[in-house]
Amino acid sequence: MVRLEKLIEEERELMQRMARMCPSFETHPWVEGPPLSQRRVAIITTAGLHGRHDRPFQLDPNDFYRVIPGDVQANDLVMSHISAGFDRSAYLRDWNVAFPIDRLREMAAEGIIGSVADFHYSYNSPSAKVEAAGAIREVAGLLKKDNVDAVLLFPV
Amino acid sequence: MPTASISFIRPHTEVIRPPRALWVPFDIGRTLGPPNDAAFQKRVLLALMGMFEAPAGPCLEDFPEDEPETSDEIMVLTCPVDFAQDVADTEETDQLQAAFRREMRAMRPWYDMGVARRQRTAVGASGIGVEALGDFIYAFARGEEPDNPRKDISLAYTLKFAVVDLKAYYIEGITAQPGQAGASGKRLADWFWDETVAAKVLMELRKVGEANADSVMNQIGIGFIVPDKILRRYKN
Repeated sequence: MVRLEKLIEEERELMQRMARMCPSFETHPWVEGPPLSQRRVAIITTAGLHGRHDRPFQLDPNDFYRVIPGDVQANDLVMSHISAGFDRSAYLRDWNVAFPIDRLREMAAEGIIGSVADFHYSYNSPSAKVEAAGAIREVAGLLKKDNVDAVLLFPV
Repeated sequence: MPTASISFIRPHTEVIRPPRALWVPFDIGRTLGPPNDAAFQKRVLLALMGMFEAPAGPCLEDFPEDEPETSDEIMVLTCPVDFAQDVADTEETDQLQAAFRREMRAMRPWYDMGVARRQRTAVGASGIGVEALGDFIYAFARGEEPDNPRKDISLAYTLKFAVVDLKAYYIEGITAQPGQAGASGKRLADWFWDETVAAKVLMELRKVGEANADSVMNQIGIGFIVPDKILRRYKN
């Protein structure tokens, strides 16, 4: 985000308080793979994106993710993220700001990456807590079935 | 599964220590930086995916570029709202509603222009059409509870997503006007919250939500209609 030194004091303190609430982990798994030009890339976003006719996200502890097909077009998606607190104005002008699928398609065509996954996944970040661990493992299994070996995690 | 993540708040990522993270100096919500700048977005992606070549981790790197400066020359709506004129024209007793309707009508050609140019609209989370959006929201601001047009979510959530759609309608519209395509997020937020009738309606809506006995409506009214940053500014 904007550099912390540029925030007003109240916001800076909030960010520092939140840092003390962040989870830390004893282990740090490290998984390698082939060169980038051979990798199959998928997106996981916490922007609360989903299909226009799909169910919107709510603050439901048992409802974690939506599936976005790889051939999705810009007008297919809407954003039902619950927060009013982040800047949506860039995404409203260009979906690639939050979901850079056009860029990935271009990079696949240019041979920079191997391919783009058949499916991508979307969470609603206020719901993505410890309770989501099972759903996250489920998505990891689905990514493996799609032969994905590079996952890009995009927050908003 | 190999992952690489964008980081907005570096101190948080320093605690969590994911395998690969690229800190970016952009506002939250602008994950890849500026809109409609494919070359910039590609540089962010290349920096992020370049971390797949790192020999060991966890690794946290900084993206070296700030977003390019914008001119921020946003203009007033082409049809400035005149409350008194609205009442004289329409004989409506509710001046705020009349002004709101007029403002939404004034924005419509620009919203349509934006949709035509972008071949896309993000309006639609609520499932309520643009034509009905304003009156649906305004009914709540007046203390009424209209019928829920959706069966799959509660009325409080339909309202929340109608507000999301309303803001999108305005931002998509104003950024379709001449010279506004690259306006910064801050300037757009300042314009929306300081200069539009829609923002006045949403502030009324928040007050109604605050006093609402329904816990979900109350939660949404207090927390998810008006950004905290804007509320702090109004209070100051």
